[in-house]
Amino acid sequence: MYVAVKGGEQAIENAHLLLASERRGDPAIPELSLAQISEQLTLAVDRVMTEGSIYDRELAALAIRQARGDLIEAIFLLRAFRATLPRFGASEPVDTGAMAIRRRISATFKDLPGGQILGPTFDYTHRLIEPDAADAAPQVPAVVDAVEEPMPRVTDLLAADNLIERSPARDFDAPVGDLTREPLSFPAERDVRLQNLARGDEGFLLALGYSTQRGFGRTHPFAGEIRLGEVEVEFVAEDAGFAVPLGRITVTECQMINQFAGSATEPPRFTRGYGLTFGHCERKAMAMALVDRSLRARELGEDVKAPAQDEEFVLSHSDNVQATGFVEHLKLPHYVDFQAELGLVRKLRSDFERGASPDALAEAAE
Amino acid sequence: MATPEFGPDTKNAALIEMRREAMRLLASADARALAQRVAALGDLPAHDNVRRPESGLVMVRGRIGGDGAPFNLGEASVSRAAVRLASGELGFGYALGRDTEKARLIALCDALIQSEAYRDAVADRVLSPVRAEREAQEKLSRERTAATRVEFFTLVRGED
Repeated sequence: MYVAVKGGEQAIENAHLLLASERRGDPAIPELSLAQISEQLTLAVDRVMTEGSIYDRELAALAIRQARGDLIEAIFLLRAFRATLPRFGASEPVDTGAMAIRRRISATFKDLPGGQILGPTFDYTHRLIEPDAADAAPQVPAVVDAVEEPMPRVTDLLAADNLIERSPARDFDAPVGDLTREPLSFPAERDVRLQNLARGDEGFLLALGYSTQRGFGRTHPFAGEIRLGEVEVEFVAEDAGFAVPLGRITVTECQMINQFAGSATEPPRFTRGYGLTFGHCERKAMAMALVDRSLRARELGEDVKAPAQDEEFVLSHSDNVQATGFVEHLKLPHYVDFQAELGLVRKLRSDFERGASPDALAEAAE
Repeated sequence: MATPEFGPDTKNAALIEMRREAMRLLASADARALAQRVAALGDLPAHDNVRRPESGLVMVRGRIGGDGAPFNLGEASVSRAAVRLASGELGFGYALGRDTEKARLIALCDALIQSEAYRDAVADRVLSPVRAEREAQEKLSRERTAATRVEFFTLVRGED
């Protein structure tokens, strides 16, 4: 436990001034504009929007600059900003089937309606650092005539043959769980788990997803489909009396297809894990889908043995703002606590020197 | 999508669909260009703010598996406004982002669309150019995307 301390105002103010100056760096170098961050550090902005849980490119760019590029600090800034705005309500669920697609790949079907579209991807690059070419001409993307073709989700194709489980049906009477309104409780329903994972730390989910691949709660996943693009957001505005379009947002969706579940009465079918993020957060969407599936162990009658299957472990530790708060609070003054510990270790040492038994020492330390 | 039932009033339904289409275009339009186009409409009827333009959040929902029960993905910043013309038409403006002036302009356009005296001017001089710009952008994006369409070939292993 830490206790309040007094004093230090001048030093704190000076530290913040120094921070502002370090943040700005060499004043001879032009300051980054928000448009530069938003346009050129796109994926950092996408991550901060997803984990900060506010879709607003300009705000995320502002937070990244203020945080000196520390993305977790930027996410923290977005979460704090959230508290200053009123909530108008909830949108209609976005329709990822109607997405204006910019990337769409499947690792399960080579030929699928609508085709495989690489889009803007790091895949198949050689990961060689290119020399600085600041004055090189901008790269112009190639164009070919686009054919209008429907792009059904891969899971819909499998569902047509009844080879994959259906998504849980919408119950219009059931409220949608919301972690920003009610604290997490267990067991957690899938809507709450997905909200938690969508806000969760990419690195944490990546490691957990990886752990399931290495055998800690194996789920035999295939990337059924990953799609990136723009979806329309609509909001039923009570004043207008109808669903008003709010504009388009970029999202990344991942459908994992996993090994079978069946029972005495149900034929074996593929099971599913789902990932959805703001912006282009492909690694995060894939990790989220892996962890969503592994957290369904209880529902699918699998043994819960691995960390990635333990919903209390996963959901309680996925939020990097909470995690950083608790880890970093250790650097706040703990002087009183520590004085008590210091007193205790001195007493133990004097007992030890007087030849007390190990058992008595252990008891005194408790 | 979720347009409420207005019974057999098809004229009203058609007007709402027209307003929704205008809102869809204007919500993704560039705010500065929109302001210039509205200013270029010339003399507009007297109007005032019924709802002071404000920014807030809307919780964006996805669906489990893309087609199942809804879940809360995360919030988005949204601005909104409501404008009433002196002749009584009430317009609403909503747009992603924190630009409250853009929301006010959308509300103004929504009110003008409901006025027979201004509907055509807004359609021709605001909505048409915005639609043309958006269609050009979308076409370019589709063509660039199409150029990355890939045909994978499966190599047969261990034959011959």
